[in-house]
Amino acid sequence: MSRQAARTGDPRKVNGELFTLTYGALVAQLMKDYENDDEVNKQLEKMGYNIGVRIIEDFLARANSGRCNDFRDVADVISKVAFKMYLGITPVVSNWSPAGDEFSLLLENNPLTDFVELPEGHDSLNYSNILCGVLKGALEMIQMDVDVKFVQDHLKGDNITEVRLKFIKRLEDAVPVGED
Amino acid sequence: MASIGKQKASNLDKSLSKGKPEVNVATFALLFSEIVQYCQNRVYTVPELQSKLAEMGQHVGTHLLDVLFVREKGFKREIKLLSMLIFIKSNFWKTVYGREAEKLEQANDDERTYYIIEKEPLVNRFISVPKDKGSLNCAAFTAGMLEAVLNGANFPAKVTVHWHKGTCFMIKFDESVIARDKMIDSR
Repeated sequence: MSRQAARTGDPRKVNGELFTLTYGALVAQLMKDYENDDEVNKQLEKMGYNIGVRIIEDFLARANSGRCNDFRDVADVISKVAFKMYLGITPVVSNWSPAGDEFSLLLENNPLTDFVELPEGHDSLNYSNILCGVLKGALEMIQMDVDVKFVQDHLKGDNITEVRLKFIKRLEDAVPVGED
Repeated sequence: MASIGKQKASNLDKSLSKGKPEVNVATFALLFSEIVQYCQNRVYTVPELQSKLAEMGQHVGTHLLDVLFVREKGFKREIKLLSMLIFIKSNFWKTVYGREAEKLEQANDDERTYYIIEKEPLVNRFISVPKDKGSLNCAAFTAGMLEAVLNGANFPAKVTVHWHKGTCFMIKFDESVIARDKMIDSR
C-alpha cells in the first residue's frame, strides 16, 4: 500500500488526459452551439483571453522571471517558462522577422490535440485557438498589444503547429479620469 | 484522402501513450472556469446548468473509458457490479484525479443505489458557489463522466451530485444491472 501512496499525484498537477478531453468536450460543445468554424474560433479566442488575463497573475506570482528587456526575452520566457509551467511543453522559438517584432512558436506536440482528428470540412477551424487568446490576454495585462494567430496546424495535415506572434505596440497605462 | 494533398495522420496509426502527461492545476482550473461560465450564459436555472455540465462530462467519460480499460485492465472488461465500482473508486479515480476516491458506500435501504463521497473534488476546489445558487455543485461534470463510464461499460445508471459530507455522487443502477449481477452470482 505504501507504494500506492507514493504514487498519488502532486496536488499542483492534473492528469493531462483529463485536461485534453475536457478541452475536447468544450470544443465539441461549441461546434454544436455555433455550427460555424469562424464563430467557434472567435469564441475560443475570447475564452482564452479571459484565461490569459487571469493566468498572468498566477504566472508573475510563481515564476519569478524578472523583467524582459526586449521582445526576444519575452519570446524566451513564453516558451521556456510559461508553456513549460502550464502545459508541460517547450515550444521552439523561431522565424524571427528582421525587425525583431514577430516570431513563431513551433509546437511539436500540442497537449490540447491528443486523441483529436478534425473531421472533413472543418478546414478553417483552429482547434487550439484558445492558445491565441491566452497569449493575447496575458501579454495585454503586461502592457503589450500583440497579434496572435495560427499559421500552421498539425491537425490540418501540416508538419508542425505554428503560432505567430506579432508585436503591435506598447500599451500605456490608462489613468482614470481625474487622477494624475 | 489523397486528393487533399496533405496527409492527415490518423489517431489509430499512433500507439496509445503509456504515460501520464501532466498539466498545471491552474491551467485546468481556468479552463474549467471558462466552461462553467460558458454554460451559465446559456441557461437560466441551476439544474439546467448542472445538466449542461454533466453533458460535457459525459463527453469526457466516454472517451476515457476505452483508454482506461486498455491501459489498466489489458482490454478486459469488468462484468461484476462490485468490481466495476471498485474499478471506478480506485483505477478511474487514480488516473483522473491522482488518488483514490475517499468513500464508496451502498445505500442501506436500496440495493440499486451506491454513493461515492469526496470531501473536495478537484473541479470544486477553485469554485466558490454564489449565495443565490446554493445548490449548485459543479462536480456535476464529474457525475457526467461517471455516468458515461458506467453506461459505456454496460452498467446503465443515473449519476447525480449532491452536497452531503462534501460532495456525494449518487449512483442509481438500472434494475437490469442488479438482476444480471444476481444471475452471475448464482452461477
